Amino acid sequence: MVTLAKYLFAGVVMLAFLVLCYIDPALAQEAAEPVAEAAEEAAPTLNTGDTAWMLTSTAIVLLMTIPGLALFYGGMVRKKNVLSVVMQCFAICCVITIAWFAMGYSLAFTDGGGMNSYIGGLSKAFLKGVGIDTLTLTIPESVFFTFQATFAIITPALIVGAFVDRMKFSALLLFMVLWSLVVYAPITHWVWGGGFLANAGVLDFAGGTVVHINAGIAGLVCAIYLGRRSGYGTENMAPHNLVYSVIGASLLWVGWFGFNAGSAVAANGAAGMAMAVTQIATAAAALGWMFTEWLIHKKPSILGIISGAVAGLVAITPAAGFVEPMGALWIGIAAGIICFFASTTVKKALGYDDSLDVFGIHGVGGIVGAILTGVFAAEAIAGKTGLLEGNAGQVLTQIWGITATIVWCAVATFVILIIVNILVGVRVSQAAEVEGLDINLHGEVVQ
Amino acid sequence: MKLVMAIIKPFKLDEVRQALTELGLQGMTVTEVKGYGRQKGHTEIYRGAEYAVNFLPKIKIEVVVPTKQVDKAVDAIVSAAKTGQIGDGKIFVVPVEQTVRIRTGETNESAL
Repeated sequence: MVTLAKYLFAGVVMLAFLVLCYIDPALAQEAAEPVAEAAEEAAPTLNTGDTAWMLTSTAIVLLMTIPGLALFYGGMVRKKNVLSVVMQCFAICCVITIAWFAMGYSLAFTDGGGMNSYIGGLSKAFLKGVGIDTLTLTIPESVFFTFQATFAIITPALIVGAFVDRMKFSALLLFMVLWSLVVYAPITHWVWGGGFLANAGVLDFAGGTVVHINAGIAGLVCAIYLGRRSGYGTENMAPHNLVYSVIGASLLWVGWFGFNAGSAVAANGAAGMAMAVTQIATAAAALGWMFTEWLIHKKPSILGIISGAVAGLVAITPAAGFVEPMGALWIGIAAGIICFFASTTVKKALGYDDSLDVFGIHGVGGIVGAILTGVFAAEAIAGKTGLLEGNAGQVLTQIWGITATIVWCAVATFVILIIVNILVGVRVSQAAEVEGLDINLHGEVVQ
Repeated sequence: MKLVMAIIKPFKLDEVRQALTELGLQGMTVTEVKGYGRQKGHTEIYRGAEYAVNFLPKIKIEVVVPTKQVDKAVDAIVSAAKTGQIGDGKIFVVPVEQTVRIRTGETNESAL
């Protein structure tokens, strides 16, 4: 009861703060002005084709988290914890939606005044001023908000894979809300909201840095902070139902067309090419992982081929709007092979229990994709050149983007974990972990 | 009366059931079990993590037969369940003291 009270108290304080920001007219008006001016200059008009595609993309990106990621992860844990994992994914979907509506969207996508290089303002907290006629580019801002909400949801949900089987549910809710506002929203602003990485010329089409490196690094920090699962290395922790994981990975692949092609924020040639390179890179990475595993472990596994596919989806994400199909092929092959070694050999050698390889696949795949975007960016696609077209500096710019993301994400994630641990405790008891989270935290089991 | 208890490979269940039915036996009890013998277990690999699985899935059949039919029943199970590969299973025969059919109260061989 004491921990619950602490948690409720934290929630109330946060809400009170949000409401204060919302009703402070001076603060809101100050930050809103530049945006209004920009809108007048560009004078955009609504395009129905773009809007239709973005409505569709938004729906299928939501499908990536629930049920896609929930099933992908759920199938890989032991039967006693499957409900806790799908519960975590579903609850994150709900709680992040509210956090994004209250504050996250505004922090990411509005002008932050003097702090604009690092963080946006609160002028659109609780979607203040967003009506049915408000546009972002050529689509309603309401659609852009919801589309971005689905990204804000899947990013923290990806982190779940690092600490399955052992994190408290109350700690998870608190951690995810804080992480979304302190880590996800600012980094989104850096890259897509006019922050310092956007100004430095970092290329991240659909979230290789914002979503995947970010989730991967946070996952690694969580895995190290929480420690290994009890029985790690001695008990059998084999996946309880890989068919769920296959369904989940397949939904991720389908949803990723909304993620990558939707990031064009238009129904045009850029979206079409993003779709094609996504398909090619994913297939190449799935085969890359499968053949590497076949050589090393003597058998091609279904868990291997779907893991490779996800690695390919991750790696092509930053590149999807900048590279040609041949570039996508090489990015896919590289991601499949490198992520295989990161999730098997490297993880084993370093001894951390990143249970479902959030770092090995999303962190490493995101870094591979971000660097190779700087190598394969083709002028013919979006007017951006990479190393192969003589612009070696782009690779360094990409590395700068990666480094800034890793540093802020790692430090902030660590601090948030400490705060959450003091408030409610991050890890379940040893007895609860052995018996299973489903019965202990949620009072339900799968027979 | 004897209890014939056979541990067999799961996919051989239907052939064994058919062989015993042909002998005129009218019932059996089947359980999904796990265990190991000289076959030992096998190794599974998930993203490089190796797990030794010591207990393999098998089917346990229990059937109570009149003493004079025991040999035929055992032979039928052996010929139906045999693949010649390691892991075909084992048969145990133990005496049964009493049998009661619950519905009618009949006892022993007339209750089988």
